[in-house]
Amino acid sequence: MKIGIIDCGGANLNSIYYSFKRLNIDSFISNSIDELIQMDALVLPGVGSAGKVMETLSKKNLISFIKETNKPVLGICVGMQILFDYSEEDNTECLGLIKGNVTKFDKNDVIAVPQMGWNKVECKLDDTLDGYYYFANSYFNKDSDYTVGFTSYGNQFSSIIKKDNFLGCQFHPEKSSKAGEVFLKNFINSI
Amino acid sequence: MLTKRIIPCLDVKNGYVVKGIKFKNHEIVGSILDLASKYNEDGADELVFYDIGASTYDGIVSKEWVKQIAELINIPFCVAGGIKNLKDAKDILNNGADKISINSPALANPNLIQELANEFGSQCVVVGIDSRCIDNKYIVYSNTGDEKTIKNTQIETKAWIDQVQNLGAGEIVLNCMNKDGVRDGYDINQLNIMLKNCDVPLIASGGAGIEDHFKEVLSKTESSGALAASVFHKDLIKISELKDFLRKQSINIRY
Repeated sequence: MKIGIIDCGGANLNSIYYSFKRLNIDSFISNSIDELIQMDALVLPGVGSAGKVMETLSKKNLISFIKETNKPVLGICVGMQILFDYSEEDNTECLGLIKGNVTKFDKNDVIAVPQMGWNKVECKLDDTLDGYYYFANSYFNKDSDYTVGFTSYGNQFSSIIKKDNFLGCQFHPEKSSKAGEVFLKNFINSI
Repeated sequence: MLTKRIIPCLDVKNGYVVKGIKFKNHEIVGSILDLASKYNEDGADELVFYDIGASTYDGIVSKEWVKQIAELINIPFCVAGGIKNLKDAKDILNNGADKISINSPALANPNLIQELANEFGSQCVVVGIDSRCIDNKYIVYSNTGDEKTIKNTQIETKAWIDQVQNLGAGEIVLNCMNKDGVRDGYDINQLNIMLKNCDVPLIASGGAGIEDHFKEVLSKTESSGALAASVFHKDLIKISELKDFLRKQSINIRY
C-alpha cells in the first residue's frame, strides 16, 4: 500500500510522513498528478493558510484531480477546511465538496486564538475514535451535513467530517499520540 | 474543553540536555533522544527542544537532532534556538518540527514574527520572552543563554507582548527569570498581569519544583500550559503521575 501526501506548499509535511513510517506504511510526498494517481490513498495535509493551499493546488492543476478521485482522501486541519465551499481565511473559495463555510474563532467566545492544544473529540460513527487529539487552528466549521465528530471550544464545532471517500479531521492525528495512531490506522484500514 | 498542557523542555547545549540556575552554571542532565522518547511515552502534551547556545554563539539549532526527535515522537514538537530568518525556520519545519519558537532574533528584528506568520501561519510561530522584575517593572532580557551575553533590552514585557501579538505570534512562552531553576513555584503574579492583555495562548515557564506548583499555576492563572525542565529530567516529578494528580485536583488534563 502506498499513500500519497499531497504537497500543498506547507513546511512540515514530514510530520505526516514520519507518522505513517511509525505504522510501517510507505508514503510519498508529491505534487505531481502522474505520481499521485498511482497511490492507493491521498492525504491533504494543509499546513499554512486556506488561501495559500488553494493557490498551490491550483498552480499544480490538482483541483479537479482531487475533486474527481475515488480514492480515500484524508484532509488534515486546513486540508479538511478546504473540502468546504468557502473559508473566511484569506477570503478563499475552496473545493466545494461539502456544503458549508469555515470561519474564525471569535476571541470573545474562547480563552485564546488560535486554539492550541489537546481537546476532546466525540465521534458518532465510531466510539473507538473518541478521545483527546491535538488541535492548532484559528478557523473552524461549525456544523455540516457530513460532520461525524464534534469538539467544543467556546462553541461546538466539526472535528471530523466524512462524505463518500473523503474524510477530514480538524486536529492533527500525526501529532495526537496513541489516539492519533488509532485514527490513522482506521483510515489505513478503510483503504 | 481544551485541556491544559504539561510541556517538558529540553534545554540543549553542545548536544546534551543541561540545567542551569537562573540561566547560569549549566550542568549536563541527560541525553536528548532518551529524554524525548521518555516524555513522549509518559504523556507529555508537547515537547520543546531549546538549543540555548544557538543565539548566544550565532549558530542555529542542529537540524539533525530535530529530524531524529521528529521521527521518534508523536506529540507536538516545538524547536527554539537561533532561528533568525525564513530559511532557518523552513529548514527546521521541514525536518519535522511543528512550531518554531523565537526569542532574541525577534527582539533584534520584530518583523521576523510577521514574516514567519505570513509564511507558515500563526499556529507555527511561538515567541519566547525572558522577563525579569526590576524596580517593580517587568523588563525583557535577550541572549539569556549565557551569562556573558545576557542583555537588558529596556523593553517592558507588557509592551512586547502587545507587539508580538500584533505581529502575528500564535503563542507566547513567558519565562519568568526570577524563578528560573529555583523550583519555588511559578510567578503567579507576573503571569496574571501579562495574561490580562494576552489573546493568544500563553505558556508559563520558570519555577516548577513540586506537583503543587503545577496545580497552582493552572488553577490560579489562565495559562494554557506549564513548561518545566529540570524537575522532569531529574525524575523529581514523573509526568504521568503529575497528570494523575492534576486530574484529581479537577484540572482539565488529557488522559
